[in-house]
Amino acid sequence: MARHRDVRNMDYEDEYDGYDDVYGHSVDEDFCISPSNRQFIYNRENSRESKLDHSDDIQEADEVDELTDTERAQLNSCIDEVTNVLGTEIIPRNELVDVILKHKFNVEKVINSVLEDKKDEKKSGTTTRDKASFFKTPTVVEPAPSTTTKLVSVVKGFNLPQSDTLPAHLPIRNGSGSQSPSSGRGQSPTSGRETPLPGGNESETEPRAGRRETKVDPEAQYKTERGNGKEHLYMVVIGHVDAGKSTLMGRLLCELGQVNKKTMHKYAQESRKLGKQSFMYAWVLDETGEERDRGITMDIGRYLFQTKTKEVTLLDAPGHKDFIPNMISGAAQADVGLLVVDATRGEFETGFDLGGQTREHALLVRSLGVNQLAVVINKLDTVSWSKTRFDEIVQKLKIFLKQAGFKDNDVSFVPCSGLTGQNLVAPPTENELLEWYKGPCLLEVIDKFRTPPRPVAKPLRFSVNDVFKGTGSGMCVDGRVETGLANVGDKILICPSKERATVKSIIVDESSKNVVFAGDQATITLAGIDIQSLSVGNILCDPQNPIPVSSKFEARIVVFNTKVPITKGYPVVLHHQSLVEPAVVSKLVSQLNKNTGEVVKRHPRVVLKNSSAIVEISVSKPIALEEYSSCKELGRIMLRVAGVTIAAGLITKILAVN
Amino acid sequence: MKLIHKDIDKGGQGVVTLIPEEPEDIWHAYNLISEGDSVKSSTIRKVQSESSTGSSTSNRIRTTLTITVENIDFDTQACMLRLKGRNIEENQYVKMGAYHTLDLELNRKFTLRKQEWDSVSVERIELACDPTKSADVAAVIMQEGLAHVCLITPSMTLVRAKIDVNIPRKRKGFSQQHEKGLVKFYEQVMQAIIRHIDFDVVKCVLVASPGFIKDQFHEYMFQMAVKTDNKILIDNKPKFMLVHASSGFKHSLKEVLQDPAVISKISDTKAASEVKTLEQFYTTLQCEPAKAFYGKKHIEKANEAQAIETLLISDKLFKCSEANLRKQYVNIVDSVRESGGNVKIFSSLHVSGEQLEQLTGIAAILRFPMPELEEDSDED
Repeated sequence: MARHRDVRNMDYEDEYDGYDDVYGHSVDEDFCISPSNRQFIYNRENSRESKLDHSDDIQEADEVDELTDTERAQLNSCIDEVTNVLGTEIIPRNELVDVILKHKFNVEKVINSVLEDKKDEKKSGTTTRDKASFFKTPTVVEPAPSTTTKLVSVVKGFNLPQSDTLPAHLPIRNGSGSQSPSSGRGQSPTSGRETPLPGGNESETEPRAGRRETKVDPEAQYKTERGNGKEHLYMVVIGHVDAGKSTLMGRLLCELGQVNKKTMHKYAQESRKLGKQSFMYAWVLDETGEERDRGITMDIGRYLFQTKTKEVTLLDAPGHKDFIPNMISGAAQADVGLLVVDATRGEFETGFDLGGQTREHALLVRSLGVNQLAVVINKLDTVSWSKTRFDEIVQKLKIFLKQAGFKDNDVSFVPCSGLTGQNLVAPPTENELLEWYKGPCLLEVIDKFRTPPRPVAKPLRFSVNDVFKGTGSGMCVDGRVETGLANVGDKILICPSKERATVKSIIVDESSKNVVFAGDQATITLAGIDIQSLSVGNILCDPQNPIPVSSKFEARIVVFNTKVPITKGYPVVLHHQSLVEPAVVSKLVSQLNKNTGEVVKRHPRVVLKNSSAIVEISVSKPIALEEYSSCKELGRIMLRVAGVTIAAGLITKILAVN
Repeated sequence: MKLIHKDIDKGGQGVVTLIPEEPEDIWHAYNLISEGDSVKSSTIRKVQSESSTGSSTSNRIRTTLTITVENIDFDTQACMLRLKGRNIEENQYVKMGAYHTLDLELNRKFTLRKQEWDSVSVERIELACDPTKSADVAAVIMQEGLAHVCLITPSMTLVRAKIDVNIPRKRKGFSQQHEKGLVKFYEQVMQAIIRHIDFDVVKCVLVASPGFIKDQFHEYMFQMAVKTDNKILIDNKPKFMLVHASSGFKHSLKEVLQDPAVISKISDTKAASEVKTLEQFYTTLQCEPAKAFYGKKHIEKANEAQAIETLLISDKLFKCSEANLRKQYVNIVDSVRESGGNVKIFSSLHVSGEQLEQLTGIAAILRFPMPELEEDSDED
């Protein structure tokens, strides 16, 4: 009982001093983890409050160190006097302390020096603003503190506007002390102002900082992470079934040394056993037993290879009509396309004329936002490298591709033979081809593709392509970052189910990363979510900037060459990124002139083939989508009926469901 | 359906007594009965009686009630029809004017009295009592991760089960999850088939999918059937038929029913003929837009000119609560018939009917092209 009474009578003031000490240390510890973790720690601690804490914690460590009790008392009274004269706003407390120490507690001198500083400050302050606005990007929030120096700069920039909040609790904390003032923090007030680092506009961007959790400039982060590496390009390989897409790519990978000889030998042996020796290269990409048995690609095959200036992720799309949904989900992730056509007599024609996939694929990738295309005229060896045949095909395709909306100089044609490996990675050796072909080989063509700009500064949008259970806990989602970026530890929102989750880890090309940017294909492990609330076609987004969710929208569609006209109430299959949903054309708003986009007729009865129209589409359940004007990647749709693509469209308006 | 008694006078007023024999007949009954009709049917009521000594006993009594219908509910899944209304014939248990609800039961006769039997209703009775049985067909429409198990009767398409699971994709050296997911999916579809398809009634099971899913599933199902010694499946193996469909969504059923192989097998179920007619309408619309009209206003115009060759109309339009509107549609039907046109009444439970319903519910193929009507902007 005696002890209990003791507790009651305990002097709390004394105890708190001790606690204060501990508190100071624990914050300190966060900064002292190994340098490689520094960025990570910073990201977690990056809210405004936490930063404030750090700065004054470290600050007090500085000042306390060499002060005796009397000096401290002097300091406090000095501060009081100065603030009485100048008001609290004029200079941050910590700087004031520095100045006071410099002038040995002489109040007058301190005031003079502060006022002088203030003038300087005003000048440099304006420049700071200019610079700051220069660094700003729309949704950007602040600079990447990936290194120690940057970290300091953030603290520095903080000094100017924060004075008013500090004095209240500074004196109480005096009990702790561990660092000396000479610890390289460049604490003098002037130095903080003379070098106006981007951090200077901290206060300006504050409101936005609240909106977005990452206090990191995405552009800058993108540059530091990816600036010096090779550019990353996603290339989808398309074409009619049996045009030789997989074989061509398999051979290309072999020639590049991506596939080792032993494996290749194994493929050669096994394919011979099955009597399908010509498929040996295709097996590099068609890995599952079923695909090999049937000799067709069924799902997207992936492979990473390097060219001189680029890192290319190859997406080998299935050519068969029934697997076009798979092809769409692959092409939706691609930046550029490689259209493979079979030069064999009759084969090109079946692939190209009505019902063939050459046309449909080309139209599809164009509508999905691929605007650079290389056309590979494959199997030219079967027509003994005939120039007339090559020209004939080029001629036909040129006209068609132009109609499809590809610019002439964004399309290049390469004669090749996938099976014999002619003109893939090295200039051709066949005399018949050398006679007339002087152009680049396939690899050079791929190398010449331009990487599209990556909208990293926009809010995060990640389209889910696949959901599976990862090793260990958590759900893995596979897909593409359409815009923005995601860091490990970020909170994200899953739409349309509106569930929240945390990014646990990120894997890009089989290596673990801390951050992914727009354009990347990544596997993200999510924590705090169950499989029920995730499905293919979901969009992961920034909780502060969620993607709209609706089951009804207005779209501007371009109708392809269909057999059946589109009327009101026409059931279609809607493809949006990886999402496949049944939908109904619920209203025909207006028919447009295909070239000028003018309204030709309002409320048409029917939309016929090869025309353009604005229609209203209702989906059976709400989906996550964006208007084309705000996000190109997520504003595109595809309408298919009975295994044929009938229209492609852009979302113009998202309608509220009543 | 069995027609027991029919007494309709010249004015169209009259009484009909019917016995529904199968679930589909309930659907016909649903289409026959409209608000304001009187229905007489037997039902079970619990009656409490108090003896002179004050002890009460309750017993279930089968009694015959006659009500004026005020409210009609139809459950497609269970094929149940529930009628609510005021009692108009007093008996010893039930007071006059009391509200009662009747459930129409199979194999129990009911009597329907209408103020006016129009041609559509009379035709419906004939249709319902047609003794030539057309085959019931079951269809499994599937794609990877999605399957619909449907039952197609002459005038209904019922989704018995929808299976929607997430199947992880194949990835390098990591395909077990995909295979596991697929096997689980097949298992679920198979269970749905066993549970929902009555092989005594169903003459044919269509398994439709894009790609090779149907073949894989078929193979899997019979492997499992042999393994588990499932007699029903093994005995009915010849009834299964593999067809191509472009997706696993319900409206792909339309494609399946257009498949020539299927048509020959299930020849002339109403579903198939409806799909065919609708297809014909769309073809006309594509080739000669001036010969294909839809929407009530347009159809009325075309009808005035006696231009309608084939009228496509959804039975949902006759279900509308406004008697007046129904009359208008009935008039259109009658006048098209008079002028020698063909009238197809689509069942709103079929996929084709669903599509027609979206397309305003009424459409027509014309004999001759008509100038397109000037559009008012107030189109619905």
